Amino acid sequence: MTETQSPLLRVENLQIEGLSEDRWKTIVKGVDLTLGKGEVLGLIGESGAGKSTIGLGAMGYVRDGCRFSSGSVHFDGIELTGADRETRRNLRSTRIAYVAQSAAASFNPAFKLINQHTEFPVRRGVMSREDAQKDAIDLYRQLQLPNPEEIGFRYPHQVSGGQLQRAMTAMAMACRPDLIIFDEPTTALDVTTQIEVLSAIRNIVEEFGTSAIYITHDLAVVAQMADRIMVLRHGAEVESADTATMLNAPQQDYTKSLWAVRSFKAAAKPAVAEGQVPVVSLRNVTAQYPGMSKPVLNDVSIDFHAGRTVAVVGESGSGKSTTARSLMGLLPPVSGNMVLNGAALAPEFRKRSKAELQAVQMIYQMADTALNPKQRIRDIIGRPMTYYRGLKGKQLTEEIRALLRDIELEPDQFINRLPSELSGGQKQRIGIARALAASPRLVICDEVTSALDQLVAEGILRLLDKLQREHDLAYMFITHDISTVRAIADEVVVMQHGRIVEQGAKAQIFTPPHAPYTDLLLSSVPEMDPGWLDRVLAERVAQSA
Amino acid sequence: MNGFLHELGKAPLTAKFGVVVVLLYILVALFAPLLAPFGESEVVGWEYQPWTTENWLGTDSLGRDMATRMIYGARNTIGIALLTTIIAFVVGSTAGFFAAVLQGWVDQLLSRAVDVVISIPTLIFALLLLTIFGASVTSLIGVIALIYATFVYRIARAVAMGIVVMDYVEAAQVRGEGLWWIMRKEILPNAAPPLVAEFGLRFCFVFLTISGLSFLGLGIQPPAADWGSMVRENASLITFGDLTPLIPAAAIGLLTVAVNFIVDWMLHKASGLKT
Repeated sequence: MTETQSPLLRVENLQIEGLSEDRWKTIVKGVDLTLGKGEVLGLIGESGAGKSTIGLGAMGYVRDGCRFSSGSVHFDGIELTGADRETRRNLRSTRIAYVAQSAAASFNPAFKLINQHTEFPVRRGVMSREDAQKDAIDLYRQLQLPNPEEIGFRYPHQVSGGQLQRAMTAMAMACRPDLIIFDEPTTALDVTTQIEVLSAIRNIVEEFGTSAIYITHDLAVVAQMADRIMVLRHGAEVESADTATMLNAPQQDYTKSLWAVRSFKAAAKPAVAEGQVPVVSLRNVTAQYPGMSKPVLNDVSIDFHAGRTVAVVGESGSGKSTTARSLMGLLPPVSGNMVLNGAALAPEFRKRSKAELQAVQMIYQMADTALNPKQRIRDIIGRPMTYYRGLKGKQLTEEIRALLRDIELEPDQFINRLPSELSGGQKQRIGIARALAASPRLVICDEVTSALDQLVAEGILRLLDKLQREHDLAYMFITHDISTVRAIADEVVVMQHGRIVEQGAKAQIFTPPHAPYTDLLLSSVPEMDPGWLDRVLAERVAQSA
Repeated sequence: MNGFLHELGKAPLTAKFGVVVVLLYILVALFAPLLAPFGESEVVGWEYQPWTTENWLGTDSLGRDMATRMIYGARNTIGIALLTTIIAFVVGSTAGFFAAVLQGWVDQLLSRAVDVVISIPTLIFALLLLTIFGASVTSLIGVIALIYATFVYRIARAVAMGIVVMDYVEAAQVRGEGLWWIMRKEILPNAAPPLVAEFGLRFCFVFLTISGLSFLGLGIQPPAADWGSMVRENASLITFGDLTPLIPAAAIGLLTVAVNFIVDWMLHKASGLKT
């Protein structure tokens, strides 16, 4: 971090416009930033804040349908906003590189990793193919990829998500660029994988003294990665400062509200009374997809009590969602049974009675695909009421309006809208309302907040908590986000490879000693402390030594 | 309706042109008896009379008024083509949605049956069936509708396959909704844009097939007027440098172009592209 040199990147009053419904709308409203050599700048903000647009703008690039309207992007003495394609192309990959959020979508599935890696250095004449390959293997080793000698000779689908993301970082490093733009590189990864990728990225950036812009919506992640943080909102800077200052003493109210997000905690509930019959139980459920040799769920037993929340946590592929699918009757168990109010529940949904179907409702992760885009809110919410409860006409309208008020949406304003006329958080509220419209006993919430911005997700959690108390609902809350679990769970079930690793009351699960996997999962959750990553890595080294 | 007019106002010139032409055709077809100066198969003079103020487009091989038959032809050709296309769409998309929702052996059975029908060239298959069932208007509609239902089936199934995997369809299924509800309320509204666009396109094909069959003598039977057979009956005039037989052909061509303009516009809107 040599302050005396002229900065590597200087962005001044950058304005970018996007074409929306035949009109140019300003999406980046005059952002200034400077980046010194070897410095890492974190860009943080909610979706739509203009983070990615600024990130691409720093490469002199705008998306289709966008344009630079004013301001300048100076990269090492070269003006990029007005630069021709040739200039920009020569800079890209050799001097500026980009690591995208989804490595799986960014690699060409038809070529081996190493061939994609070496393409740029060879074509730009930086090195020969042999040298480039050797260098790639070196980089793979530095990024702690397993079997660095041979992993490059695999196709993208043959390596895991976390490995692919590291391979992509290696590829960005191929020409030893001066600047790398990381656009949410770990957002799609599990926490246990994320920590590996984070440490790999940070080591290599430090090693080569590369400058970086690190874009993320996760405060705890940016705290580990960045020297300086800039908070963005609606395409403009809210404030920027070095990481420690920003974390400890944010100046603006918006920043403070972002920082305070994780404060929500549902009130503790009394323990389950002795002998109380659970609303729904899974008993030794084992499930298997047809045609697969191994079961996806193994001996899973969970009790769901009225008015209480069971959080099911685990990585992707751990069987969390599969458990929900079995419960819904979409994947009938091959052995074990399910019980509803003390009576056996038919394994397959087609064989269940209306009352049984009504009792268990689900809220989906992606409200976009969970709501029929051609149905109005009135029909989406009204249908379960008509179907299960026989409501019609005026009574139905009254009930829909009451429910909309319940989920904190103004009935007059929303009742006749289509899902496309709602924001992400509002859509998820409608998803919740549809589940509630059936008057269920158990509601399965499948990652309901993971697609939402933190402030919006917080609102959803508060709403779910309020509704639970009002309607005495049992929740099965599936999530990979430990802070959400801390906020609303009463009981916690930790799953791995289709089995339950540990289960019990929240306090019990979160107090050591943990099962080894729970420990790994918990310690991998980033904290808002810039020293967290170093500390965790040091602890892990100490443990394994 | 207001929404449609508003959309039309923003539509490209080609689409407006298409809409105007199609409306004109429909008006002519509806009000044929009022517009036509003579009766549909009324003999008004000698054969092959040239264009006069009385017989605007001259007379045909039997001495019937060409202009009158052009007007009535719109009625027969478009009416039958429209009816056929509607039947093809109702049958084809219902079967397609059915296969997509149920999958398994129902899907296999329907799809393979459709493959068999599609593997036989359309015109030859139509000729074959029409020879078996006789060349009446009813069997014409039935046969062409059946053949075109297979194409509609494939599109409807493919579109519906993408929709049944959506969470909202799953939500409706686990709510306990019946097959009919899922097809009608969950799938149809979402499959409608591509199907409507396809409707326009298929209408052109049906129309051309019927004209073609009429030209071959197996379509709409005399003395009913239709553009396909009008081309055939008067084709020999071309050798004398008279352009009259090309007028029904041009009427077919113009309608095809107009419908395609509208379809392009709808496809464009359905795909959500801006330019």
